[in-house]
Parts: sequence; C-alpha cells; structure tokens
Amino acid sequence: MQVKEYKPLIVAFCCNWCSYAGADLAGNNRLNYPAEVKIIRVPCSCRVNPMFILRAFQRGADGVILCGCHPGDCHYTSGNYYTRRRMALLFSMLDYLGIERERTRVEWVSAAEGAKFAATMNDFAEKVASLGENKRLEDLRCKK
Amino acid sequence: MQEINCEVLVSKAAELLEKGTVDRVLGWKAGEFDYDITPAVFHSEQELKDGFVWNDFCGANFSKYLIKETGKSENKVLVFLKPCDTYSFNQLLTEHRFDREKVYAVGVPCSGMLDIGKVKQSAEGIAAVREEGGEVVVDTLYDGSISLKREALLPDRCANCKSKKHVAYDELLGEEGEAVSSARFDEVEKLERMTPDERFAFWQGELSRCIRCNACRDVCPACTCEKCVFDNPNSGVENKAAANSFEEKMFHVIRAFHVAGRCTDCGECSRVCPQHIPLHLLNRKFIKDIDSFYGEYQAGAEVGSRAPIVDYKTDDLEPGEAVGGGENA
Amino acid sequence: MRKISLSKLDALFAEIAAAYALYLPVDTKAGAKFERWEAGKTLSDALNTVRSAKDFFFPQTENLMDFKMEGKNIEVIDTRSETEDFAVFGVRACDVKSFEVLDRVFLSEPADTYYQNRREHGVILSLACTKPVETCFCGTFGIDAASPEGDVVCHKTEDALYLDAKTEKGQKLMAELENITEEADAAAVDAQKELIHERMAKLPLANLSADAFGDGKTSEFFDAPEWSELSQSCLGCGTCTFVCPTCQCYDIKDFNTGHGVKRFRCWDSCMYSEFTKMSAGQPRLTQMERFRQRFMHKLVYYPTNNDGLFSCVGCGRCVAKCPIQMNIVKVMKKLGGRKHD
Repeated sequence: MQVKEYKPLIVAFCCNWCSYAGADLAGNNRLNYPAEVKIIRVPCSCRVNPMFILRAFQRGADGVILCGCHPGDCHYTSGNYYTRRRMALLFSMLDYLGIERERTRVEWVSAAEGAKFAATMNDFAEKVASLGENKRLEDLRCKK
Repeated sequence: MQEINCEVLVSKAAELLEKGTVDRVLGWKAGEFDYDITPAVFHSEQELKDGFVWNDFCGANFSKYLIKETGKSENKVLVFLKPCDTYSFNQLLTEHRFDREKVYAVGVPCSGMLDIGKVKQSAEGIAAVREEGGEVVVDTLYDGSISLKREALLPDRCANCKSKKHVAYDELLGEEGEAVSSARFDEVEKLERMTPDERFAFWQGELSRCIRCNACRDVCPACTCEKCVFDNPNSGVENKAAANSFEEKMFHVIRAFHVAGRCTDCGECSRVCPQHIPLHLLNRKFIKDIDSFYGEYQAGAEVGSRAPIVDYKTDDLEPGEAVGGGENA
Repeated sequence: MRKISLSKLDALFAEIAAAYALYLPVDTKAGAKFERWEAGKTLSDALNTVRSAKDFFFPQTENLMDFKMEGKNIEVIDTRSETEDFAVFGVRACDVKSFEVLDRVFLSEPADTYYQNRREHGVILSLACTKPVETCFCGTFGIDAASPEGDVVCHKTEDALYLDAKTEKGQKLMAELENITEEADAAAVDAQKELIHERMAKLPLANLSADAFGDGKTSEFFDAPEWSELSQSCLGCGTCTFVCPTCQCYDIKDFNTGHGVKRFRCWDSCMYSEFTKMSAGQPRLTQMERFRQRFMHKLVYYPTNNDGLFSCVGCGRCVAKCPIQMNIVKVMKKLGGRKHD
C-alpha cells in the first residue's frame, strides 16, 4: 500500500491590492506553487486580526501566511505598518506559548512579484511540511 | 502593614464629604474575616466608620469602577488609589472612559498587598491575620498562631512592584514615591530561555486549569468594551466554557492581545484567577516585547500617550525578525 | 463498619482501582483537585478541592451528539459510549449533599440520561471533615460534616480509615475490600464525630441562619432595596457559579466543525450578560437582576420547588474565590437580618 504523502494545509491571507494580484500574476505566468495553499483575499493586510490567524489553525491549517503590500506601498497608506507591529507581537506570543515559529509568516508581495509569490509559497509550504501536522494549535473537533 | 493607617483615610473622606467636595466615597469594605474585603460606595461618615477598611488585603483596583460610578451622578466621587491603580486611572482617561471632572482622587501609598492564597498555603483555618514586629501573624483555628514573613506572602505583582509613584491624584496622603526598578520580567525571560517544548508544556499545564469564569477579563481595567467579543454570539468565538485546549489558548492569547499596549501591568488578572493561572506572564510578555521592539513604554504613565500597537515607524522590525529574547526563542 | 490502617491506604486504593476507575483529591500547585488515582498518587490533606465534585456527573462541557452532513442528508450520531464504573473517594459532606440538589433537577422526569448514566455508574466514598475552616457553613443548611451521606462513609483518624457502607452500591464496593479491611467498632468514629461537632460549633460562621429564607419567600425578598447595594461591585464573572457544587445551569450550543456539527452542553452562569438569551433578548438586563437571581435561586426559588431544600450546601468555595468577596454569607446576613415590613 502506498502511503499518502503529507501535504500541509496552508492558509494565505492576501491583500487585495498587491499580494492577491501577485498571486494572479503567478497563475498567469504558469508558476507552480502547492495546491494546498488556500488564499483568502482581504481588503488590506491589516484587516487580519489575531483571531483570523488562530481560527485558521483551529480549522485545520498547518501554517498561516499573511501577505501584503511592501511597507510604504499600502493602498491605504499605513495599513501594513500596523500589520507589521501586530503580527510581530502575535508571532512572538505564539512562540512564547511553544508553538512552532515556522508555522506563521508575514511576507510583502507586490502585484508585480508573481515569481516571489510562488517562491514564497513553495518555501513556506516546504518549511511547514518539515514540521509536520499542526498539533499544538489544533482543535480536535475539526479533524475529519 | 500599610504606611498610612485606616483612620487617616476615613477622616480624609469624612472631611471631603463634609466640605461637599464629593458626595460619595469609593472604598474598601470590611467583610466577615480580616481578608474578605469588598469594593463599596460610602455615603456618610457613619457608614465609613462602620465599614471602611484599609489594610493588607485592599488589593482591588478601583479605576474600572469609575466608569460606572461617574455615570451615576453629576457630583464628584472620592476614590482612593494605590500607585499601581493610578496607571489604570490614566489609561482609562486616555481612552475617554470616564469624566475626570467627576472624580476626586486621593493617592494612598502602598507597601504591597498580601496574597490570601499564599497565606492559606501556610495556614488552614484562619481566625485572624495581623502584623507584629514586621511579621504577619496568622491566628489559626487548630494550629495556634503562625508567624510568616511578609515578603513570602506578597503576590508577584507586589513582590515585583514597578512603581511606588502615583501618576495621577488630586491629593496625596504621605510622601510621593518613585518608579522602582523591578525584576518583573525575570519570569518571562525564564520562559523564553526554555525550549519550545518546555514552554508548550508549561502553558498547556497552566491554561488547562482555566474554567472560563472570565474573572480575569471582567476585573481588567483595560477590558472595558461594551460588548466583549467572547460574549457576542455573532462573533463565532463566543463560548461560555472552553471545550478544549485550543479554546483555552485562543481565549488567553486574544485576551492578552486585546489589552497589549494598554495593559499597565496592575496584576488584577492574576489576583482574581480562582485557578491561580499566572495570567500576568502573558501580559508581561507583550509589555516586554513592546519595550524591546518599539522602545520603552509604560501604559498609563501619562494621559494621552499613544499606545505602540496603534502607532508605527517606517523602519519597524519585521515579524520574522521579532524574536522575543532567549536563545531558544 | 470496617477499618484499615492508614499505612495501608495505598493498598486500599489499589484494591478499589482494580474494580473501579478511582478518583481522589490530590495536591497540585493550584490547590487540591480530583484526579484519577494511580500508584504513587497520595490523598490530599486539604479540606476540599478547588473545583467541586459535581464535575463527575455534570462536566463543564460535554458532547451530546454529532450531525454529519453529506449532500442533503443529515446523519445524527449518538456519541455516547458505555460509561465505566467509577468511584470517587474523599467527597465532603457538602459536596455529597450537592448531588441531591442536582438529582432533583436532572433526574426528575424527563430524566437527563447523560447525567443519570454517570450517576448510576458512580460510587461515592465520602469523608468526614476533621478540620473545617472559617469559610465553612454547611451546618446552616442542616448538613453534618461529621456524618456525611454517600455510598460508603469514611472517617480518617490518626491511624486508621474507617469505612461504613450505607447503600447497596457501597456494600458491593466493600465486598471487594473484604480481605484487606478488618471489622471495627464505632468507638473511634464516635469520638471523632464529637470532636468535629465541637469544632463546627466554634467556626466563625457557625451561627449563620437560613431561617429567614426558604419556601414561598419570593415576595418578601424580590424587591428588597438591599440588592442594589449588595450587587454594586459585582464584576459579572462566573467564578461563584463555576466553583459552586450545586449550580446546574447550562447552555446547549452547536459547534460547526467545517464538515458537520457537534452539539455540546456547557455550564452557563446567571451572572453572564448572555445568560438565557431569547429572541426578545435577555430577561435580566442589569447586573443587579442577575446577582439577585443567583441568590434568590439558592435561597428561595429552589426550596419553593423542592420541599424546602436549599440549593446551597455551605461549602464556602464562593466565599473563598469571589474576586470582590461578595458572597452568599454576606447576602444572607444583610437580607436575613432586615426588618420585616
């Protein structure tokens, strides 16, 4: 019997103006990134509050990545600056609780960076895969 | 033992009532035992003489009560504030949660409050608690009188007091204190030095005791939302009882996050926890990270300061670089 | 009555654990707690556990059933499995009495089968309190800390543990212990009971009386002006209700797992703003009303519906744990001592 290869489930929150367009460009250019990356479009990276990240893990994500415009390029001028502070604090807190640091990431991807989007997702999925399933922030009720 | 005795507070309150400066007093009311003290409103000198108390068990921070109390009347209310309470007082003013004009604040020096939980660990069946020659003497029901070192009975927030300074008051009883250097981040650093596995085990053990009574949230002077997200059936995260360890973690991370940058480290959360979960270690992690990532910041030190979490610099560090200390972090 | 030397306590626990899942109070850094016994765990000396023993029959959360959706079909899954026989050692008189309070709620028709199932499988080994503390007031409600109820009543003296089976379930358990226990007379137990009674009489709350409350006193207390003062500093947290051995309110909720629904029951608290929310909103809008509800329920409503039985057992947990130290003792003293109009 062939053992099914473990593919981590990745939730990627992408800002509407840069990163989502970046993902689009990656698609148009036929660049590969794992099908297990589930993109959730948000109006701005700062729309993502800490609960979104935790809830993604609850519902079965093995890694959560948040992508937004490069600092200075936010469509709303300063949204991603707030994101940067919030996520720095949140990720540090999750680390403090003993949750693997590599399961969370913030990456700035512009609309022109289709290649960076694909490369980021490939790299992130690989890192998360090496950690294995998310056990420390799982909700057993959501397991199939 | 507190530096200023109870009679001084009572006569100050009576004087202010008499002069008409205030028409009621927010203070601590004696209970059945020496340690079960309830926040209460006093309206007359007689009520004060009958029930007002100021001793080593007056831990309750009255700042949050001012939101409700100032809404009751146009007249001023007298409130007694310990140094740590004044930080919460300022923070609430910063957030426009009550009208400063309706409060007459009297600062009271504090020598640290005792943790009744620690007293009970050493003495079961408490008839009385008093102070004699610098030691705390507990009269017990079955084991006679037990002398205990005062320092050993202090809760963490008092043992590692950050400030003896009153940052807000209309009048101060006693001498002005100073912000003091404390070892309050030592425990956080100890945790940071652990391996992730050890940290996970530590928090799993602590948080698994949570009974979701919400006392930590309800007592917190920074938690003043009209409707808490955890009480809102439409939020998708409302839960009256944590069903599993995920929900325990989510509640406590989000609770601490919601007050990050606004938490003054008053320590009320840990004081009220019926399960003795060291909740202040979550809040202090945020405070320590904010200090090291964005520069020292003490919430409530002054009215009107901008909390670091609603501020930014263009060259802030990236979340990937934000490592909160310790070689294993 | 049987007895066993305290030095053989481990052997006794091992013997019980061979036939039942055995739980007993053990010390943790946050106070005593009921834990499953295994070799090496020792009985706590603490007077009582931080959480009450009601958890055994009425846990904080429990899964009631699952729904699985496939296309347009909904499958209902009963998630219950066979409950194992379990024994709880070291339950105090107050907590044992709380089971009667809970039974009247959960076992009256239609019986709550989840509760009933656990109740049927559980054997209670109660333990008399030799050192009641200042927060104890079980005597106020006619409970005798020296003679608890229970399937097997135990008394721990200086050197021995005395066990006395009181029910059929208790006799069945004692039969398992025939070989390691020996026949004993009641002299030592009687002496201990006398000592406990002396101690109970000297407790600071020994004179607290519930006489003013009870069956049919609703109109007397409902509009009492004292409620607003008593409740003014209440934080609205659920500590008192969650540490209480008799609080039995719960909510039933659905959790969406993403691929189905888990219907679960969890404790609820009348102190919470969302308690018993209905389509028209909450029936009790202010903290004063919520606060009043809790104490009226314990002291008036419950006795009115249950032959005068109070639904407070005087365990003192709320007295010890309330963040603002407002509790049923203060409420009773304030209201019970009021002048009648």
